[in-house]
Amino acid sequence: MKFKMNGRVLLIGLAFILFLTPALSAGERLKLSTTTSTENSGLLYELLPPFEKQFNVKVDVISVGTGKALELGKNGDADVVLVHARDLEDQFVADGYGVNRRDVMHNDFVIIGPGADPAGINKAKTAAEALKSIAKKKASFVSRGDKSGTHNKELSIWQEAKVKPSGSWYIESGRGMGEVLIMAHEKGAYTLTDRGTYLAFQKEGKIDLPILFEGDPTLFNPYGIIAVNPDRHPSVNYIMAMALIGWVTSPEGQRIIAVYGKGKYGDPLFYPDAIKSPK
Amino acid sequence: MEYLWGGIREAVILIISLDAEVFRTVLLSLRISLIATLFASIVGIPLGFLISTHAFPLKRSVITFFNTLLSLPTVVVGLFLYSLLSKKGPFGPLGLLFTPTAMVIGQFILATPIIVALTISAIQAMDPRAKMTAMTLGAGAVRTALTVLSEARFALTAAVIAGFGRVIAEVGTAMMVGGNIKGYTRIMTTAIALETAKGEFAFALSLGFILLAVAFAINILFHYFQAKRG
Repeated sequence: MKFKMNGRVLLIGLAFILFLTPALSAGERLKLSTTTSTENSGLLYELLPPFEKQFNVKVDVISVGTGKALELGKNGDADVVLVHARDLEDQFVADGYGVNRRDVMHNDFVIIGPGADPAGINKAKTAAEALKSIAKKKASFVSRGDKSGTHNKELSIWQEAKVKPSGSWYIESGRGMGEVLIMAHEKGAYTLTDRGTYLAFQKEGKIDLPILFEGDPTLFNPYGIIAVNPDRHPSVNYIMAMALIGWVTSPEGQRIIAVYGKGKYGDPLFYPDAIKSPK
Repeated sequence: MEYLWGGIREAVILIISLDAEVFRTVLLSLRISLIATLFASIVGIPLGFLISTHAFPLKRSVITFFNTLLSLPTVVVGLFLYSLLSKKGPFGPLGLLFTPTAMVIGQFILATPIIVALTISAIQAMDPRAKMTAMTLGAGAVRTALTVLSEARFALTAAVIAGFGRVIAEVGTAMMVGGNIKGYTRIMTTAIALETAKGEFAFALSLGFILLAVAFAINILFHYFQAKRG
């Protein structure tokens, strides 16, 4: 008898899970496809909630590589994209998939690697020169290999260096930024990373690899936000997409970007671009 | 090893403190996988029964087909479903992409072949006299089917458990068609994948332990059904 009772309790529990938990969807939603760096750095958790509250909308963040984020926009599966690959963004707008692109913020890329620096890249004058000496030494280098903004930047530097990277030293991981940092750490390899993700991982002790090369203008890493063209995909939430673009480029949004990470990591992870010094 | 202990410690803390976010993620995982398994059972068990009890042309090929679907990679199901549910696909106007519903559909596709295939082998392994006896005692088609299915209860529960096991553990489909949206389509497995990507190994592991504990609880429930009237 007691056993039967337990069974009934379990059944009621099951029914509760299936049918009585709060409704899965409620209210208006906005789909933002973005890169892993913006979500992994935690910035969006600071930037989006005030917007959601003010406009009474839920922002669905789909964080993938820049290539896929733009692809989602092309297919009309996202309403707005926040990415970092200027060439691809311009192409995206030129092809009529996106409208109203705005500069949001930037940080920069750095090349990190083992403290001993076997390829001696800390003496390099340009990023291309640094990669060239890594290739020459056949020192291990972990590439994102995932068509992300960072991967895109890396490929353009190899091109500048006139090197076609291949061989067992060149590791095409196909993983996100965080995973690549950990892989580089475990293998004692070089890699190209955005400063934001790097700082977050280095300061929290997840990796221990120093910055060996930085400062080349080519390593500038700007982020842009683009609304998906409603003329092409009438079903996208264009009004809210524009509201979000307005929010992240507003003085309030830009201030959140400017101070994010300062307390935790000593340096901000991103620098606002829409309003240079937001009050 | 350090991560392992950290993971166990963190799992215990999360469970004791009833962390709201983790609790919601667990609930969503269960909800999606249980609904998918329920529908997969409703479709799969009768289908498996019909296939195994009827003779028809190409019967062996149909069975082979379902057995082949058992090795369907979850990412492929995700891709396939993405191409259907994308705004560019035939079902785009329904707006199902990146919703929990899309994840249920994906998991349904994953679980159904398992339940069909295991139902077929369960019925085939049975003593054919059960069916004969029921029929000679004057049972109609439906009554006979119920008798046979009831006789195969143990193996059928195992089929449902296997189906549930596959979908609660899968990550590929949920990631592709769910989008891993925080508070909306983020389930245990996609959260584990994300925390791993962020280098939060101990936290990711703790979520893994919680998932295992939840699956354990659900299996106890299934076994209760299996033992009932046994």
